[in-house]
Amino acid sequence: MAKPKVAFYWCASCGGCEETVVDLAEDILIVADAVDIVFWPVALDFKKKDVAALSDGSIAVSFINGAIRTGEHEEMVKLLRRKSGLVVAFGSCAHMGGIPGLGNFWTRDAIFQRVYKEVPTVENPEGITPQVKTQVEVGELTLPEFYDTVKTLDQTIPVDYYLPGCPPPPDLIMQAVNAILKGELPEKGAVLAPDKALCDTCPRAETKPEKISIKEIKRPHEVELDLEKCFLAQGVICLGPATRSGCGERCIRANMPCRGCFGPTSGVEDHGAKGLSMIASLLGLEEEERMTEEDVKKLVDGVVDPAGTFYRFSLPASLLRRKRV
Amino acid sequence: MNEFEPKVVVFRCNWCSRDGETSKMESAANTKLIRTMCSSRVDPSFVLKAFASGADGVMIMGCHPGDCHYLSGNYKTMRRVMLLKNMLSQFGIEPERLKLEWVAPSEETKFPEVVGNFTSKVKELGPIR
Ligand code: SF4
Ligand code: SF4
Ligand code: FES
Repeated sequence: MAKPKVAFYWCASCGGCEETVVDLAEDILIVADAVDIVFWPVALDFKKKDVAALSDGSIAVSFINGAIRTGEHEEMVKLLRRKSGLVVAFGSCAHMGGIPGLGNFWTRDAIFQRVYKEVPTVENPEGITPQVKTQVEVGELTLPEFYDTVKTLDQTIPVDYYLPGCPPPPDLIMQAVNAILKGELPEKGAVLAPDKALCDTCPRAETKPEKISIKEIKRPHEVELDLEKCFLAQGVICLGPATRSGCGERCIRANMPCRGCFGPTSGVEDHGAKGLSMIASLLGLEEEERMTEEDVKKLVDGVVDPAGTFYRFSLPASLLRRKRV
Repeated sequence: MNEFEPKVVVFRCNWCSRDGETSKMESAANTKLIRTMCSSRVDPSFVLKAFASGADGVMIMGCHPGDCHYLSGNYKTMRRVMLLKNMLSQFGIEPERLKLEWVAPSEETKFPEVVGNFTSKVKELGPIR
């Protein structure tokens, strides 16, 4: 029997999702043995035309990482969608927009202005910014369009499964690959990770008080973080209660609070709203009846950059999607 | 040109109102009333969803501090609204488009008054971007 064809592709991403495939270590040999990799720009020299030459639906599964920022991303994922039986949104950026999705707090013009004109290391007296079409002596040069708004993969093409995380951890990738090879996949649209909150598996869960009351928000660089105590009990924002588990509590074990890269558990429409709601509930809980409005305001203002804190990985997937301009 | 009539969503706690008023307000142009059992039932995502669906203003109405039927729901509401306002401005949505008001069932005239004032305020702000 012919081996199932598999493709990997990257859109607006950092390369970490490619790195995590390499982090499969020896397991990558099992994968490489079981499948036929037909496209993987970071590692193999196949071109777009090679994908285009395949018959529709002939790729068993495409793992696509990165958010959708340019016309090229859109064109490539549409092509891969047509050629693939399954599409897996791989990593936070494809899943929810991820870090590149924070670009939705700006516009294309503002980004071009900054990156191509204002940055101190840029020398650009003519103020040239990328154009979709440019006429030069030898003809017309083209560049993919840079969109104003970053989109998630499923806002661009239908997606069958999601592998969450920044990046997804090797054990969840192997589980997903095995499930695909055995044809033992859950219902379409599922996130291929446990559906419990991170606190449930957190090594610090025992130190999480029954009733948490935050007297003052502390940012990680402002305190010497205790190595064992629940971050919330230390007054540090941890999105564990609002975030899906399955990452192996990577940040917690490195003494950093959860920033939410796995996204919410199922049924939550807006990850940031969930996190905001959770933190607001805990602020000054013990003293709430005695606090004046000014006290409350001061405490609430201790959450510096709420939008960036609660939507660090999920702005394009949020209800508001982007800043209004 | 037609005058701008803002679309306003009012989440009203069941215990800070009397029956009857609801139907009166619902007939007011472009005001959508949604009754919840407590102001704290208004999840921040409800507010965001209202704005994402084109509401020009969102008002949350709860019992006065100390009077929440479930004891302390309204304190949470206050903190959520404050935090939401800070966040909305980062999204380019004027924080004044979200308003929290405390109303008791005995304050019969207050309800239409605060909704009216809020609607005029939102009208000044103009349509949401
Ligand atoms: S809040 Fe964070 S540190 Fe505390 S138990 Fe949950 S995941 Fe662990
Ligand atoms: S702890 Fe949170 S931010 Fe860190 S890897 Fe896990 S889900 Fe992602
Ligand atoms: S019952 Fe009215 S605010 Fe809680």
